[in-house]
Amino acid sequence: MVIDTLKCVGCSDCVVACQTENNVPIGYCRDWITETVNGAYPNVELELKSERCNHCENAPCVRCCPTGASHIIDGGIVLVTGDECIGCGACIESCPYDARYQHPEGYVDKCTFCHHRLEKGQLPACVSVCPTKCMYFGDLDNPNSEVSRLLKNRKWKTLAPEAGTKPHVYYLI
Amino acid sequence: MAYMTTSRRKFIKISALGLCGAVASTSALNLVGGNSYLNELVAQNVIKKLKKSATYCEVCFWKCAAWAHSDDQGNIQKIIGNETDPHCYGRLCPRGTGGVGMYSDEDRLKTPLIRTIIDGEETFREASWDEALNLIASKFKYIKDTYGSESFALLKHGSPGKHLEHLFKAYGSDTIAEPAYAQCRGPRETGFALTYGSWVGSPEPTDIRDTKCLVLIGSHIGENMHNTQVQEMSDAIDNGATIITVDPRFSTAASKSQHWLAIKPATDIALMLAWMNVLIEEELYDEDYVKKYTTGFNELKDHVLNFTPEWAYGITTIKPEEIRKTAREMANASPSVIIHPGRHVTWYGDDTQRARAMAILNALLGSWGRRGGFYFKEKISVPKFPHPKYPHPKWDWKNIGEKFPLAQMGITTEVIKCAVPSEENSKKYPVKAMMVAGTNITKSIPNKKLLEEAIDNLDFMVVLDTMPMDVTGYADVVLPECTYLERYDGIRSATNREPSIAVRVPAVKPKYDSKPGWWVAKEIGDRIGLGEYFKYDDYKEVIEWQLDKMGTSLEEMEKIGVKHFPRKSGPLFLKEGQNYEFPTESGKIELYSKELKSLGFDPMPNYTKHPEPPQGFYRLNYGRAPMHTFSRTANNPNLNDLMDVNKLWVNPKVARLIGLKTGQSVWLRNQDKITSTFSIKVRVTERIRWDSVYMVHGFGHDNKKLTRAFGKGINDTQMVSKTMIDPIMGGTGMRGNFVEILTEDPHKTAEI
Repeated sequence: MVIDTLKCVGCSDCVVACQTENNVPIGYCRDWITETVNGAYPNVELELKSERCNHCENAPCVRCCPTGASHIIDGGIVLVTGDECIGCGACIESCPYDARYQHPEGYVDKCTFCHHRLEKGQLPACVSVCPTKCMYFGDLDNPNSEVSRLLKNRKWKTLAPEAGTKPHVYYLI
Repeated sequence: MAYMTTSRRKFIKISALGLCGAVASTSALNLVGGNSYLNELVAQNVIKKLKKSATYCEVCFWKCAAWAHSDDQGNIQKIIGNETDPHCYGRLCPRGTGGVGMYSDEDRLKTPLIRTIIDGEETFREASWDEALNLIASKFKYIKDTYGSESFALLKHGSPGKHLEHLFKAYGSDTIAEPAYAQCRGPRETGFALTYGSWVGSPEPTDIRDTKCLVLIGSHIGENMHNTQVQEMSDAIDNGATIITVDPRFSTAASKSQHWLAIKPATDIALMLAWMNVLIEEELYDEDYVKKYTTGFNELKDHVLNFTPEWAYGITTIKPEEIRKTAREMANASPSVIIHPGRHVTWYGDDTQRARAMAILNALLGSWGRRGGFYFKEKISVPKFPHPKYPHPKWDWKNIGEKFPLAQMGITTEVIKCAVPSEENSKKYPVKAMMVAGTNITKSIPNKKLLEEAIDNLDFMVVLDTMPMDVTGYADVVLPECTYLERYDGIRSATNREPSIAVRVPAVKPKYDSKPGWWVAKEIGDRIGLGEYFKYDDYKEVIEWQLDKMGTSLEEMEKIGVKHFPRKSGPLFLKEGQNYEFPTESGKIELYSKELKSLGFDPMPNYTKHPEPPQGFYRLNYGRAPMHTFSRTANNPNLNDLMDVNKLWVNPKVARLIGLKTGQSVWLRNQDKITSTFSIKVRVTERIRWDSVYMVHGFGHDNKKLTRAFGKGINDTQMVSKTMIDPIMGGTGMRGNFVEILTEDPHKTAEI
């Protein structure tokens, strides 16, 4: 997933679309908005971005999961099998992005990149709803995909690179 | 009605008596089935069962067409934009997506309520629709017999307003107004009409997606979430357009801009006059366009001769080189440049003139009728369902607003004054009863004292809403309207690049004992002998009749949601050298307005100095958050979850001076010694100037029945007791109120 911070207005549509698509209970969220302000008036900079699970290649949540509920599927998406999750919370602690939460029903929940939609050829709910079209989703292994081309042609960053998690959510800056 | 009380001084917080109401069964079929990793088969089975119903959104008034997805238990699961709709292109904004919460909110009004007194306490009791409607009908008759139909006023917004407008006109009253004019868009509509002969209208005919330069003056697209405006601004960013934002606050749009002009508040006209000066002095304006299509250029040239960037610097604090540079950028992009007319523009009382300055700049840059500027909008007219002619009222909104020669709609504040005995107009045009529909006037109309005095003097007041908004607390009768997801409404036909229509059909049955606005209008009409105006049992019949006349059918529209029609008025943009007659008196774009001159107003805009905050006071600015619409969404469970309270933005210099920290609770007191009922938490930020404070509009609800929104934050409108009235069209300028920041609870002190 690639997110263009130059276009994001921080409206939170991605958050509410995720909640209604994935039946996330009110009070919880799988994605959220952060706002960073730098500088002093009138030389100010503002960065707005939509954050979520980074679906890391080197995922600490998967490594520390005692039951194997947290796992990586083909294509690189990190998922949690709710039935296998004992709610120990180790993954929540291990995630440098604070992307996981304990669902009121006991298991740990987080972004799935709307895996159920991808299987039907649909984009994740957040991507498909975004009024600024600042989110892109596609195959990073394909050099001709839109996401690959964006990363080739634009400046980008990932979050907490120092954690060595090899995240798969990229921010255009 | 002996048991009716005429005093509404005691505000009733809808509660008590039998309002236990059924708790909403938001049992929310768990799509995920206790499993965050959704099994494909389960997903498909569940999703297949969702029924898709065509609607258009009414969380705000952009009216995006959408599909409401409901399950077999009658719950709305999600709402997705209609991909063919030019208002949203398949992408709803957070409010539209969160429209689910408007339906599921368990705080909704559930039954009709009638004001009564029990043990000396004013309260509401539940009533049947029959009883409530009979009571209202008797009041309609009483007002007509005693004062004349004109004395029953309607204040409204949105779809329910349309149905009630029909009822009121049939009854003989055109004493109708909505805050959308004199508290919002009015000045720009009048200002652009004076210049180009036509309103800007909604959606704005701005060709943002193809612009090379977008100029926003106090307009905060991105926080103001008018859908296609936001989408197209994003397209413009992709296309490398220059954005210039003029705002004393570092808005989201400012952060996307190449040029942010951090202007001193209330000085925008000076900046625009200086821009005109540069465009003319440096001969950067579109000479051919100006020659061919405008009148009054020589007068304008003389007028702006002395308004140099150096002159404007002293007023606006924007450096002369920055004014020149941005003027040149606009000229470089010309004619693909937009000086955006804004939306909520009732600021300082000279707002029509500010809108005129915007309109004139667009003309100098040749952007009206040009690609990347403004397109020629078009809509398709929906045939009127036949009904007898409306009677002619003896007086109406025009008479009430006669002091304001160019008011083009009813002025709410002037209508309200007609209910206040000490006001002159109350003798000539007495307003004795009022219906309020779909607008929470206590949070949209300034000067609460006057409003309360007016309400107090009414013989009767009825409110129709989906939620127990503050305004319901003043009513004699409260009617629970069902939400847009539960009803038929009129066909949406709005101006756009291509004409289109959209329909709204009920996705689910009305919850509780709520009813659609059309049904309420018809039921009242039938009861007061106006049945001829409502010759249908279901509003569906009206839509079916209209759609048939338009060459389609409800059956087709239920499948497609939106239907497109070809343009008939000619191309979107002017052709090179094309002759074109503008719908003004001169047939040209009027840079110099003879009409304004003849009415005794400045024929070209002038800068007027406005009062500045005295020592210890800060100018109160307010605006929008992308996930809320006015005060109507603060209690929506989904949207409240995104933002549950507003904050007071304070510059760090001010914070140091007063000793404020982020997260600290403070109260506000304005220049008229009005103290905020509730507190607000401070947000210390570099995004705001040191001479002003800022908050998002629509919070600080007074009604306890709004369980999520009650007491959260400050209601900015409460602090707006001073208005600067636009003499041209009656708009209420609301950005001239100054507040001091109180760190101690003023209400606590008062009690001791």
